[in-house]
Order: sequence, then C-alpha cells, then structure tokens
Amino acid sequence: MLLQIVRRTAILLASLVVSSVLVFAFMVLLPGDPARVALGVNASESAVTQLRQEFGLDRPLVAQYLSWVSGLVRFDLGTSYVSRAEIAPQIVDRLQVTMWLVVCAMLLAVVIAVPFGTLMALRHRRPSGLALSALSQVGVAVPAFLAGILLITVFAVKLQWLPANGWTPPNENPTQFLRQLVLPVLSLGLVQGAVLTRYVRSAILDVQREDYIRTARAKGLGRARALRRHGFRNAAIPVVTVLALQLATLLIGAVVVERVFVIPGLGSLLLDQVSNRDLIFVQDVVMLLVFAVLVVNFVVDLLYLVIDPRLKVGAR
Amino acid sequence: MSSEPIRPTGPLDAPVSAAPVVDVAVAGSAVRRRPGASFFVGAAIVVLVALMAVVSFVWTPYDPTFVDAAVRLRGVGDPGHLLGTDKLGRDVLSQILVGARTTLFVGIVAVGVAGVIGVPLGVVAAMAPRWLGETLMRGIDLLLAFPALLLAIMFSAVYGGSTLVAMVAIGIASVPSFVRLVRSGAMQVLSTEYVLAARAAGRGPWAIGLRHVLPNVSGLVIVQASVSFAIAVLAEAALSFLGYGTPPPTPSWGRMLQESQELLFSAPRLAIIPGIAIALAVLGFNLLGDGLRDHYDPRLEDRR
Amino acid sequence: MSALAAQESPTASGTSRVLDVQGLDVRLGRFHLLHDVSFTIDRGERVGLIGESGSGKSLTSLALLGLLPEDARIGGSVRLAGVGYDLVGARERDLAQVRGRDVAMVFQEPMTALNPTMRVGDQVAEAITIHAGRSSRDGGARTDRAAVRTRTVELLDQVGLPNPADCARAYPHQLSGGQRQRVVLAIALANDPALLVCDEPTTALDVTVQARVLDLIVRGVAARDAAMLFITHDLSVVATVCERVLVMYGGRVVEAGPVEEVFRRPRHRYTQGLLAASDLDTAEPGGRLPTIRGSVPPAGAFPDGCVFRSRCDYATSECAVLPPWTGTDPGHGFACIHPAGEEAAR
Repeated sequence: MLLQIVRRTAILLASLVVSSVLVFAFMVLLPGDPARVALGVNASESAVTQLRQEFGLDRPLVAQYLSWVSGLVRFDLGTSYVSRAEIAPQIVDRLQVTMWLVVCAMLLAVVIAVPFGTLMALRHRRPSGLALSALSQVGVAVPAFLAGILLITVFAVKLQWLPANGWTPPNENPTQFLRQLVLPVLSLGLVQGAVLTRYVRSAILDVQREDYIRTARAKGLGRARALRRHGFRNAAIPVVTVLALQLATLLIGAVVVERVFVIPGLGSLLLDQVSNRDLIFVQDVVMLLVFAVLVVNFVVDLLYLVIDPRLKVGAR
Repeated sequence: MSSEPIRPTGPLDAPVSAAPVVDVAVAGSAVRRRPGASFFVGAAIVVLVALMAVVSFVWTPYDPTFVDAAVRLRGVGDPGHLLGTDKLGRDVLSQILVGARTTLFVGIVAVGVAGVIGVPLGVVAAMAPRWLGETLMRGIDLLLAFPALLLAIMFSAVYGGSTLVAMVAIGIASVPSFVRLVRSGAMQVLSTEYVLAARAAGRGPWAIGLRHVLPNVSGLVIVQASVSFAIAVLAEAALSFLGYGTPPPTPSWGRMLQESQELLFSAPRLAIIPGIAIALAVLGFNLLGDGLRDHYDPRLEDRR
Repeated sequence: MSALAAQESPTASGTSRVLDVQGLDVRLGRFHLLHDVSFTIDRGERVGLIGESGSGKSLTSLALLGLLPEDARIGGSVRLAGVGYDLVGARERDLAQVRGRDVAMVFQEPMTALNPTMRVGDQVAEAITIHAGRSSRDGGARTDRAAVRTRTVELLDQVGLPNPADCARAYPHQLSGGQRQRVVLAIALANDPALLVCDEPTTALDVTVQARVLDLIVRGVAARDAAMLFITHDLSVVATVCERVLVMYGGRVVEAGPVEEVFRRPRHRYTQGLLAASDLDTAEPGGRLPTIRGSVPPAGAFPDGCVFRSRCDYATSECAVLPPWTGTDPGHGFACIHPAGEEAAR
C-alpha cells in the first residue's frame, strides 16, 4: 500500500516536471521572441532589448526555465510582460470564480448521472430506458457554449427569469450571485451530466453481466439489491476515472462558457492574455490547468487503492 | 439397417453469428445485435452532413460571403432566403452548407492526424519491451492533461488562430484515446493462440503486427474514429466560437454562433440554426460510433 | 426391460419430491432455446444433466433459479417443495426469497463468481443474513452478528478451507481457484437448501483439486439430505456422483433413466455417440476415438423434428417428425425412432 502511494507520487512529480518542460519549451522556444511578441511589431529595437533585460529573457534558456520553475514552486509566478503586474494574485482572483462554476457543475453532473445512468441501465431494453438513452445522446451532442446560448434565449430573453450574463461575488450580493450562477452552471453541468450518464449506464451494464452479480442473486438478493450491494462499488472504478478526465474537460469547457456569460474567470483571463500576447501569463495559466488535472488524476489513483482491494498488494 | 443420412436443410444454414450468446444472456444483452437503430440513424445523419458539404461545392443559393445590406436580418422562410439572413445580409442556408464542408474537413484531418500517430504508437506500445511500452503510456497519460481546447489555445497564442492550428491541435489531443484503445486491443490479439503459433513458426514482429494485430484492431479503430470525429466537430465549433478556429470570411458553424451572440435578444434563430447543425453532426457521429461498437465490441465476444 | 431399470424406476407419487419440472419452454428473442423439458428430483437424489455445450443445460439450471434474462419468454411449470407457487411466472421479489433458501447454485467459473471488492467472509455472511428472520427453520436467531460470524467460519470449515477464520477476512483475489469454488459452495449451502444445482462446478479447476471439490459437494448435499442437479459434460463424473441422468440436446431432453442403464445400454443415438466419444475402451484398434459427426448447431438452427437428425448416421425422412417419448414417464425413456439396442431385441 505504502509502496503504491510512493510509486504514484513519483509518477506525479515526474509528470509535473515533464509537463513544465513541455509548456516552457512550447511557449519559449517556438515563437521567436516573447518580448517582441508582447510589444508588437512596431516596437523599437531598444524597447525590446530593455524588456528582454528586465525579464531576464537574454539569459540562457536553462536558467530561464529554472527560475520560472523555482518561482512556480514558491507560487511566485512573476510579472506580466505587458501590464507589469504581479500574475499570482490575478490568477487566484479568477480561479475562485472558475472554481464556483466547475465545482457546482460537477456536482450537478454527478447528481444527474448516477440515478439516470442506473435507471437507463436497469431499463436498457424498455421504452423508458431507450427514451432516456436517446435524450442523453442529444445532451452529449450539445456543446456547453451552445447550451448556454440556448438557455439564455429561453430563460433570459423569452421568460426573463434570470440575467443573461455577468458575475457578482457571493459576499457582495448573494442573491444576485446565485441568479447569475444558475445558467452557466446549468449549461456546463447538464452537458457533463449527459456525458457522465452514458458512462454510468455502460459501467452498470457491464457490472450487471458479471458473474458475481449472478452469484449475489442466486443467494436471494433481488435484482436491484444485488446491484446496489455488489455492483456499485465495482462500477465506480471506471466512472471515477471518467470523472477525473471530465474535470479537465470542465476546467477548459469553463473557458468557453465564461466567454458566453461574460464571467471574469480563469478562462477569460487566459483568453485575454492570449490576445494581449502576454506569453509568460499564458504559460502560467496553462501550467496551472495542467497541474490541476495531474493532481486530480493522482487523487483518483489513490482512490482506487481504497475502492479496489486487488491493488493493495500484500494487504493480507 | 439404416438409410442414408439426411442432408442438413433449412434453418441449419442460418448464419452462425446470429446465435445468441447464452452465457452473456444470463443478466445482460441476450442476442448479439446486428446493426441497430443507432447505426442507421447515425449513418443517415452523417450522410446528410456529407451531402450538404458535397452540394456546397457545386451549388449554394447565394455566395455565403456575399454581403447585401438590402436583405439584412431576414427571418426563416423569407422568399429567396429559406433560412433567413444574418446582420450583414448573408444567406444563412448558404453559410450552413459551406460550414458543413469546414466541419468535415477539420474532422477528417484531425482524426487522420490522431489515427496516423495513435495507431502505430498503440501497436508499438503493445509489442515493445515492457519498459518502453510503459514509458510510452506514461507519456500518453501526460498528453491527456492537455485537452484539445487548451492545446489549440496554446497553439493560437503562438501562431494565431487558423484552421490548420485547430486541426493539428485537435488531432494531437485525440492521439491518447487511439493509443490506449489500440494498445489494449493489440495486447488481446497478442495473447491469442494463433499469434503464439505464428511466433512459434518464426514470424517476426513486423509480420505479426501487420498480418494479425492490425486487421484485428481495425474494427476498434473505426469505432474510435467515429467517436473522435464527434469530439473534433465539438472542438472546432468551440474554437471558432472563441475566434481561434477558421478565420473569416470562410463560413463556420462555430463562428456563426459567435456572431449571433450580440443579436440573441432580437434574432435568436441565428444562434439556433448553426446550433442545430453542430448538435446534429455530433449526434450523427456519436450514434454511428455506438452502432459500430455494438457490432465490433470485443468484450461481448470475450464473455463467451 | 431389465431388472435394473425396474428397480430404479422413480415412484410417481413420492411424498419426498423436491423438484417437479413440467413442459419447461424458453424463448429468447427469435430463438426457441428449451422445448418441453420435464423431469423430477426426489429428496436425497442426485441427478446428472449431460450434453454438449449449447444443448440447453445451463439454461435449464438458470430457469430453476429464476435467473433467466428478464425478456425471456418462459412456459411450463417449475415447482419446488416448500414453495407454494410456480417459479415460472413468479415475481422477482418472490423468486429472490426462494433463491439461496430453497434452491442454491454452484457456478462454473469460480474466478469471477465472487465480488472482487468484498471480503469472502462478508459474502458468505450475506447469504446467511438475507434469509435470516424469513427462514422458518431458525427463526430470527441468526440475525445476531456474532452468530453469523461463527456460522460463516463453520461453513468455510465445512468446505475444507484451511484457517477458515483467516480465509473469511481475505479478498477473492487472494484465494486460489479451488479455494474460491469452496467459498461459492459454502455460500450455496449456507441455508441448507432442499435442492442444489451445480453447473459444471469442477470444469474450471485443476485436475488435482477437481476430485476434492466434487467430494465436498457430494458430502455437503448428503449431510443435508438435499436433492442435487449436477450439470456436466464429463460422463465419468456423472457415473460416480449421480443415480439418474438426463441427456439434453438442442434444448430437449432426448433420453433419461438410471445412470447404470443409460450408460450401459444407451437407446438414443445421441447418447450412444456421446458415450462412444468419451469412452476410451471403445476406441478402435487403430487408436482413433469415435466422434459425433459435425458440431452442435448454433441456437435456433436445430432441425425440426428430431433435433439430432442433422448429425445422426441413422436418420431417415421419418425423423423430420418429432419422435415421441418412449418410456414409462419423463424420468425414464428416450425420444428416438431408430434407437440403439433394437438389433439385439429383434
């Protein structure tokens, strides 16, 4: 067990190092000169040289990489090439907004997917199951930003129940915060819920075919009870994997939904900095997103150890 | 004392594949399905989208990029403009038709990139020595931390948005699913007795890979291609929506949505029409993939 | 009729009848998988069910436990001693109460029959607690946790697991195939069922442990005076374990009778072929084992009339009509127009 944890931690650290090299290489090596990119084509040669010196871009690449990474470790993300402002506080600010979206959408997705996926699996050959299945297929086919636009046309434009866009921090005006949160969370959560529902369905269908479910039923457990007592834990293994992958999708999906609903989250920040050509900023945000995804996967790996006793080597 | 044995007739000639998998039947699906409703509906939608794209090469009602201030914001069913016009007076139907072309083009190239990189990598990961295979798979896991949209945004930050950037980014982001799938399929094939027999007969890894592994994972690859196509359509739409996909004036469903956003209050149809097109295309490829999977899924056969 | 047969002929009005299957008929989708299967088993009686794969043996066993797929269309009747209703057409809730209490089952594949994420002891204990309180035999006494644990260890000990208390705490992946099959047997025997159905319980095991597990099954059944239906394609196992035998082919019972008689003097041509194919003594001097021509057709592709006629060397055009049952009752007889052994009688 301990060995497994050590092994997985090592994998996480190695992945972080490799991905930081990748991100750095991608941003710094490929595009000519970040200073020139930041200042634009018309900048004078002396201004570019000055910026390069100021941010240490004239140092060897290895030194640049090491100073960037050592900054990351201390959560000192440096200053923007363009606005010269500290990057870390801005990211923290925006991250809070995005986390609201992502966490609420994730919860909504799970709340939708587990009961409906199970129902679809149990009734997979009856009309009700097929109807639910068809509905989820349509849900999967609608991208989150399209869902957002459709929700706006219905609930903001036609019915005028909810605001079409905007963001208010929860401590400023809780009611307005909730009202503005509903539509973006729905558009992210409904779509992710539809995707997750299909995974829950197929996981349960797979588990239903397992011999140990038959054994459980032969003991005298009813169909549903056998599935509850013996199936869910086993079905959870593939579903949790998908959940982790979906978190990555959600973090990125939030980028587009934030744009639809004019929400000042991490995604908007990323897009703004891309159009500002502020490469160090983009590099930091991308690294943060990758970091988040890798850490979630790490946590999921540890979860498996709890769910699946076969992985606890030498547990006996 | 006995007469001649009779020749089997009638039902005996029924195809073997029609047999129910009784062991599976215990709790799950009973009969190995022939292509079901998913397959036919999916295929029909895919063909429809392809037809739209093909038709757009020879005929569109108007030039999709032709700006005509006289017919701005016409509604659906307007004589002369079946699906109306946008804020610049461009014909929506023409844009949708040409947009299908963009969607399919991006999808084909992206899935092609993913397949060309992913399938050989998957086979290699299965056949290579353990350490190499494991290292490869770790790298693939790492790539999963970079979803299509993030990759495309990174690329765009560096190169600016373009169709090429979108296609390559989506393609690279789809590589991991191909590698994982092909690897697990290939490992199954490699553990079969006929591969063992081929090895014993002195066949080299190349011959085994080409003669046994590839043909046997081709079904899986087709299924994955269909599913990846759906994902590519989604990603292209999102990128164009953000302004990092196909640049104007080439029509693209995602950008039509983006342009419609400021007119949501007055002309929601401008969002709904390309929205339906996107959702329909994604639905088509997903259903097709599902239908094909029912047909090819090796897990059902394994259960025998 | 031989003396042996007369002596073994089952009594029709036995008070100790445990299982009575009449005209069992199963359809799944387009396929008609079981046709008019009828047989009975008495208390303490051990009956073998033999036939090649695809002959409908496993399907019959699942029907006895009400474990057929939901969309199977089932006809006929299955009655069990101590159960007031017909298992065919019973509700899932009622069937669940019967399963594990009145009829239990040992499955073929021990590697997958146990839940990998649950301790073995808990899986055995569950079999006890499900029916505790409802069980007429012990009343509610078994609900006590300590008692359940004691009983679990006792059951694991009965099936010959070393260190049963330790085994109870193990997960299935920590046990060998033979050990897992013992656990499955312990689960099946937990509530002293009146009927134990075994579906090829030793096929997946190493030859060395097969005999031991078989012995445990027979002893467990004998100790409870339970009836047993033993499904296998290993005829030597039937010969050692069972008193009576049913031969199935193409979803029909084609021959039935005492093991001695059926194995010594098979009447149905399929039984004859099956025996010849598995009996080393009848091998021709050339060293080739006789085989049955062709292979079992896939479900739904059996011929009309006699199901075996497409592979039978003796088949004539008369066999296109379903051969009638020749014999005293469903438990003793055969369905063949050109039976073996007629030459001697003529």
